[in-house]
Amino acid sequence: MASVKPRVKVPKSASAGEVITIKTLISHPMESGQRKDGDGNPIPRQIINTFTCEFNGQTVFSCDIEPAVSANPYLEFTAKVGEAGTFKFTWVDDDGSVYTEEKEIALN
Amino acid sequence: MTITRRSMLTLSVGAAFGVVAGMRSGPASATAEDAMAKVMEFTGGTEPATGTITLDAPEIAENGNTVPVSVSVESPMTADDYVESVVIYADGNPSPDVITFNFTPMSGEASATTRMRLAKTQNVIAVAKTSTGQVFMDKKEVKVTIGGCGG
Repeated sequence: MASVKPRVKVPKSASAGEVITIKTLISHPMESGQRKDGDGNPIPRQIINTFTCEFNGQTVFSCDIEPAVSANPYLEFTAKVGEAGTFKFTWVDDDGSVYTEEKEIALN
Repeated sequence: MTITRRSMLTLSVGAAFGVVAGMRSGPASATAEDAMAKVMEFTGGTEPATGTITLDAPEIAENGNTVPVSVSVESPMTADDYVESVVIYADGNPSPDVITFNFTPMSGEASATTRMRLAKTQNVIAVAKTSTGQVFMDKKEVKVTIGGCGG
């Protein structure tokens, strides 16, 4: 899907043990499968069905996403940082496409 | 017997009528019972307690296509005692499932926010399951002025 774009907001740095807020957005129509086209034919479902956030290779947070989640899915959650490192965000589409984004965080 | 144009017409109109009558008028919706059945499936049969979990959703959603929803569960979020997952259901949508948030001790807090579609005024239900086997539930009614299921 050409227009699928992830955007992530992670603080540039944090103190050890601090709980930070991470905001993520990905542009995706999240076709629920409920809509019909002009001829009355159902438009097939195509959504982002999974989201995962990892930090230095360990899973921090993940979601199992259903068609009831709005288009351009927004996910906001927290993470407790113990060391500097890299957050990796992964979105998986029904059609098997995988979209990723990475953000570094430094330790104060 | 010869098939007359009249009998062909009667036959096809009758068949068309039968097809139309069999079609539903719109997306079917879940019921409160469907949603509670899902809750009990999620909890493995344990009746969830109230409190400890807070579900935040607007009282009135102007646009059913994008309704903000947040959950927050009080928890130490340590390896011995943390919230494993929080599931959200909407009991009046074509299907009650909305999202499951899976937390780890590295989450720091068991809280998350997203935006959901609500087809009509209904209850939104959040259920939390902890690593120690506890389950908690919160429920809010959201009034929807313009439904968001694309129908």
